[in-house]
Amino acid sequence: MSVEIRDGKKILVTPISADDLKDIKIGDIVYLSGSLTTCRDVAHRRVVEEGREIPVDVRNNAILHAGPIIRPIDPDNGKFEMVSVGPTTSMRMEKFEYDFVKITGVRVIVGKGGMKENTSNACKDFGAIHCVIPAGNAVVAAVCVEEIVKAEWRDLGMPETLWNCRVKEFGPLIVSIDSQGRNYFEEKKIEYNRKKDEQIAKISEQVKFIK
Amino acid sequence: MTQVEKMTDIIAKFIGHTAKKLPDDVIAKLTELRAKEDSPMAKVIYDTMFRNQELAVKLDRPSCQDTGVLQFWVKCGTKFPLIDDLEALLKEAVIKATFETPLRHNSVETFDEYNTGKNVGKGTPTVWWDIVPHSDKCEIYTYMAGGGCTLPGYAMVLMPGEGYEGVTKFVLDRMTTYGLNACPPLLVGVGVATSVETAALLSKKALMRPIGSHNPNECAAKMEKLLEDGINAIGLGPQGMGGNCAVMGVNIENTARHPSAIGVAVNVGCWSHRRGHIIFDKDLNCEVLSHSGVKF
Ligand code: SF4
Repeated sequence: MSVEIRDGKKILVTPISADDLKDIKIGDIVYLSGSLTTCRDVAHRRVVEEGREIPVDVRNNAILHAGPIIRPIDPDNGKFEMVSVGPTTSMRMEKFEYDFVKITGVRVIVGKGGMKENTSNACKDFGAIHCVIPAGNAVVAAVCVEEIVKAEWRDLGMPETLWNCRVKEFGPLIVSIDSQGRNYFEEKKIEYNRKKDEQIAKISEQVKFIK
Repeated sequence: MTQVEKMTDIIAKFIGHTAKKLPDDVIAKLTELRAKEDSPMAKVIYDTMFRNQELAVKLDRPSCQDTGVLQFWVKCGTKFPLIDDLEALLKEAVIKATFETPLRHNSVETFDEYNTGKNVGKGTPTVWWDIVPHSDKCEIYTYMAGGGCTLPGYAMVLMPGEGYEGVTKFVLDRMTTYGLNACPPLLVGVGVATSVETAALLSKKALMRPIGSHNPNECAAKMEKLLEDGINAIGLGPQGMGGNCAVMGVNIENTARHPSAIGVAVNVGCWSHRRGHIIFDKDLNCEVLSHSGVKF
């Protein structure tokens, strides 16, 4: 069983199966313990466009769209410390995400802001979820990282390296796409746009300063 | 230590401080907005934000990993003794702060497209000058412009027929497209002026005004309130995930305009609105107005 409840928190523990995710719905708040690897623009491109094998096994594990600040402790022996880490805009990875999930078998994608059909279709077809971690909280996120287990594709530089972390109760993660393919942001946007039009009409009545 | 070194040192330290602690007005407003949210999701988001700010101070680390491009708005007296050295000194202070704090390296040279690795480059940090005649003081606003909150920035020239109704639509459209990804609750700066660049600069300067202050013009102040309530009513909430409040305030700055044009611009500051305000006298005695308890 890869879902634990502790102090009222729902914690996903890697490895995670598609079955573990089936009762998790958009808008739920979860936490993650286990294997989380930072993975962003160029790494997605390498896996999807260049067909390279990802050097960290993310199957049934989690990735984070992020470029962290890392402090080397003993870099020759692969020892690093996470100073600060926050999500980056997930939308940039949208065009790769269907194939990325298909190829790598990743279960949990964490980032910032919404994603679209490529990702929601992948979540539905392969049993995965996309979550957002509230952005601007780099210290909270960094202290959830217990250890940087390994660093791959270091030729990409600090922000783009695959930093494979062991995390403890990493979160809060708000589910934005669930494994049924429902998309929290897309549903919310319909509501926001309707309310926006109402507000524009209402305010416009009161700002007729040019007479 | 020379006077130039002294001022460089103070500004470098002050920049470092602003990366770790938010200004008093922002903390007060976030505290007020936190109390207005009732959904479990919005509450968890605020709990995380406040815990993060506590940890940042405790562990002495920047609270958000994106420490932005540094921008300074200086109101410098013509008789301030270091006026000639100011621009070079601000650049030096950014380099110093980048290694001492540490700040992320956020300066990429355009066209040559490489990161300078020092957080400064051609024209960065940004410095806007206001020269104050007959004064020997120097007032500086510091600002960390993060990527997420820079993205919604937008300016255009409306036709007068579109009126302030057009300004309203211009601002609100931006909130539901880009604003929700810029880490609300936002401080929204609006410039209403005669052209794109006058409006654009005012929309950024508007973000330096304290939260809760109002435009002295009665109609502009009314519009600030209408926009604030209107954006909140859209329901974007914290992080654009839904909730009762999405803005810390709307600040409008304005000038006169050409009869045929309304220049309008919007700029936003995210919840992590890292603005500082410091004033130096001619002997470099200084007072920090944005953050209580900070002395140099
Ligand atoms: S928008 Fe602001 S709080 Fe959010 S990640 Fe960017 S700098 Fe940080």
